[in-house]
Amino acid sequence: MSTDRDRMLATIRAGVARSATRDTPKPAPLVPQRGQLNGRALVDLFRKQAEAAAATVAEVARAEDVPTAVADYLRSRNLPPQIRLSPDQRVNALDWKSQPLLETSSGASDGHDPASVTPVLAGVAETGTLMVHSGADTPNTLHFLPETHIAVVYADELVGTYEDGWAALRAKAGADLSNGAMPRTVSFVTGPSRSADIGKILLMGAHGPKRLHVILVDAPKSSVRPAH
Amino acid sequence: MLHPTSNAFSAESTKAIANPQLQEALSVLRVQSIPNRLKAASNLAEFEQLRDRARDLKNHILGHLDQYLLQFEAQVKASGGEVHWCSDAETARQTVLRLCREAGAKTVTKGKTMIGEEIGINDFLEQNGIEPVETDLGEYIIQLRKEIPSHIIGPALHVTKRQVEETFREHHTDLDAARSLEEPAALMAEARAKMRDRYFEADVGITGANFLIAETGSTVIVTNEGNGDLTQTLPKMHIAITSIEKVVPTLDDAMTLLRLLPRSATGQELSVYVTFSTGPRRQSGPNGPDPDGPKAFHVVLLDNGRSAYLGTPMQEMLRCIRCGACMDHCPVYHAVGGHAYGWVYPGPIGSILTPALLGVQNAEPLPNASTLCGRCESVCPVRIPIPKLLRHWREEEFSRAITPSTQRSGLGLWAWFAKRPSLYRLATRWAVRVLRWGAGSDGKFTSLPLAGGWTKHRDFPAPQGKTFHDQWRAKGRSIGGKA
Amino acid sequence: MPPAAEGQRPKDQRVALFVTCLVDLFRPSVGFAAVKLIEQAGFAVEVPAAQTCCGQPAYNSGDRADAQAIARNTIAAFEGYDYIVAPSGSCGGMLHAHYPELLADDPHWAPRAQALAARTYELTQFLVEVAKVKIDAAFPSRVTYHDSCSSLREMNVKAQPRDLLRQVQGVQIAELAETEACCGFGGTFCVKFPDISNSMVERKTADIVASGADTLLAGDLGCLMNIAGKLKRQGSTVKVRHVAEVLAGMTDTAAIGEAE
Repeated sequence: MSTDRDRMLATIRAGVARSATRDTPKPAPLVPQRGQLNGRALVDLFRKQAEAAAATVAEVARAEDVPTAVADYLRSRNLPPQIRLSPDQRVNALDWKSQPLLETSSGASDGHDPASVTPVLAGVAETGTLMVHSGADTPNTLHFLPETHIAVVYADELVGTYEDGWAALRAKAGADLSNGAMPRTVSFVTGPSRSADIGKILLMGAHGPKRLHVILVDAPKSSVRPAH
Repeated sequence: MLHPTSNAFSAESTKAIANPQLQEALSVLRVQSIPNRLKAASNLAEFEQLRDRARDLKNHILGHLDQYLLQFEAQVKASGGEVHWCSDAETARQTVLRLCREAGAKTVTKGKTMIGEEIGINDFLEQNGIEPVETDLGEYIIQLRKEIPSHIIGPALHVTKRQVEETFREHHTDLDAARSLEEPAALMAEARAKMRDRYFEADVGITGANFLIAETGSTVIVTNEGNGDLTQTLPKMHIAITSIEKVVPTLDDAMTLLRLLPRSATGQELSVYVTFSTGPRRQSGPNGPDPDGPKAFHVVLLDNGRSAYLGTPMQEMLRCIRCGACMDHCPVYHAVGGHAYGWVYPGPIGSILTPALLGVQNAEPLPNASTLCGRCESVCPVRIPIPKLLRHWREEEFSRAITPSTQRSGLGLWAWFAKRPSLYRLATRWAVRVLRWGAGSDGKFTSLPLAGGWTKHRDFPAPQGKTFHDQWRAKGRSIGGKA
Repeated sequence: MPPAAEGQRPKDQRVALFVTCLVDLFRPSVGFAAVKLIEQAGFAVEVPAAQTCCGQPAYNSGDRADAQAIARNTIAAFEGYDYIVAPSGSCGGMLHAHYPELLADDPHWAPRAQALAARTYELTQFLVEVAKVKIDAAFPSRVTYHDSCSSLREMNVKAQPRDLLRQVQGVQIAELAETEACCGFGGTFCVKFPDISNSMVERKTADIVASGADTLLAGDLGCLMNIAGKLKRQGSTVKVRHVAEVLAGMTDTAAIGEAE
């Protein structure tokens, strides 16, 4: 007795055998020129693109400056000084105690956190996009549930193209992303959530965060020295 | 949506044209959608070349579809998920129901899925005691209004802001009746609040998949709202309902298509959230187990007649990446909107796909409801030759005598003469004399027997009186070729 | 085929006019205007007697067999000419873009269809790209131009009519807001779906009126009759002509839909 799978594959194989495109090779990749930049030009492109997507961007010189930048951002927007941190060292090991008015906790979000602070896998300048992924140290709920998402991007995490972003993930996973090596989710995040479903009027703050703030650190991620 | 009404297209389109709220809603296509897409396309220097690559990539995939689907399935398994092959809609519905029952589901949150619409999953789940909750704002609005989507990207395109307000007031009866919903932002905030708890309550999250990645066994969703992500992260089971032609070889290949999809669909450089999901939550990892995510991951892989078109002239329709640009640019869609097409896929792609999946006799008007202007083809990111495929369905209808007999006879008569030049000359000489005489001194007809379709809305210009060929011959001008 | 240089017409370059059935039946003056323009450019024009229709009505209605038969008749009638010129983007497009596909499976006719397609031009396209004609006409008028879908998308005609119109004395071109929107003619479409067709042509006439033009021009008689018919029904005073009439200085005939 044949299963649906058998029948579907049989029909597909028969179709492929007579298809005009069975000998069509996979085309060579075409990566747009736009993101193929370095240094200051790369940072400028990221900022321009992210801002065009309604994210806000701040630049700090060192990892040590991040807690101040976060506190300043929340205060300037009149937002509650409560943040849920990713357990990842790139964010969790920063000196949050230097900002005593900030209430911090870390771990996944249950939906009651007004703001999250997370690291990223990469910041992709071509469209001002953040690549983030799920994991024990980077819970996915932090990227989607809080009203405000603050993302910290270190200088060596800033890349030009999406392909560079995947390369960064392959490097982290040890080359191959097959056979279960992918994180459960990898998300490309460009600006805060929005919808144009009400009379085609574009509105921010649908189900994901209403605000996306990106802090670019002009230092590599290895420069994070755990606070005591 | 289980009861297509595509054969009623003519009557439905006349109603649509006379509907002022619909016409107001549709005007955004010409005012916003078309300029937005053009701007985004112009902003990427390689856009046209990417369209060529995307077409070639999709052609390659379709020519190797079995291979990529098998690789995809193996990879889903390797990351702890399961693939369910479903040849038809009924099998897919039953599969989803069985999985929901395994999860003990009482409510199910849903991201937008056209395949879900195609198999009528919402009604089916409700009939079986499970409540589906739409989370995409457009889908939520039409769920409240008990309507089907009218556009594949913006399901509530046909609903004006005022109508959204009426709908929310009618259904969100627990809220203060005196609240102001004048501002669109207030409507959005209300929807967001209403939805929040439902995400946490749901036992199962159902999404679609814009793409399937063979390399890693991932499903990809593309949203602006983040609803798809909450739908597939919070409940204990994630079911992705999708179709066979969505598979793409590698992660990098997906980006070629993703550079075209949002630009073509909404004029955005990239949609806000593009998420690649692979398997259930990880029990172990470099830093420990995942603290969030579903415990079970299932892919329901639907055929529903698509595989039969591989290796046929209609194969090209399977390149579609569901961007909606064709309907955004279609002058017929601008006039009538999506519901007139009578099924889940409207506009130009719908006019090809509906006959393909339902049988041309169940969608007879659709391939004919086009002037073959070609604007759709000119904007399709994967260069589907839509007019050519519409013509294919017209040939199918003609050869099966589905075309109405009056039309066949009229055109048959014309063709009979056109194949016989001397008789053609004779017939046309007399036809124009009669018409000229009928028009008198007027220069036009306000009504004309047998041409009611024309003269209902327009005058019909009268001929000048003598054919060109007769005048040419009369002037003794050079006649070429054999008569 | 390389375009002939101005002032030097190889005596053996023959141009055949594809009249089109609409021009033949309804407005032969367009055919004569086309002839005048091509001759003005120094070419001799012949009109093969065996031509009837390009076969579009059959082709677009799914009657492939009749379309193929008509195509073979057309190809045979027009063989041996260096250029085939049609005052119509849709008929030109049928020969140029569709005949090869229509007869692709016929080993005898496929190459003949290809050969014909390669030599087929829309009138303004021919006048600009091949003939490089100098226009000598006057038409003091504010005109607007409707780009027919086939001209735009099958024959790559957009700039050519405008280039030619700019040479006409007194012409002011006021572009439509949406030049590339279909007028709703579409052959049998306009009688099969009259209400949709009407919706489309109403948008077009509103656009025309908004442009402030007193004359609407285009290169396709189907579009022109459709738009003229609507303008007349609306009581508009905008006059409708084929662009060939203006370019050839032959505007003493009544405009489309008007009494003599």
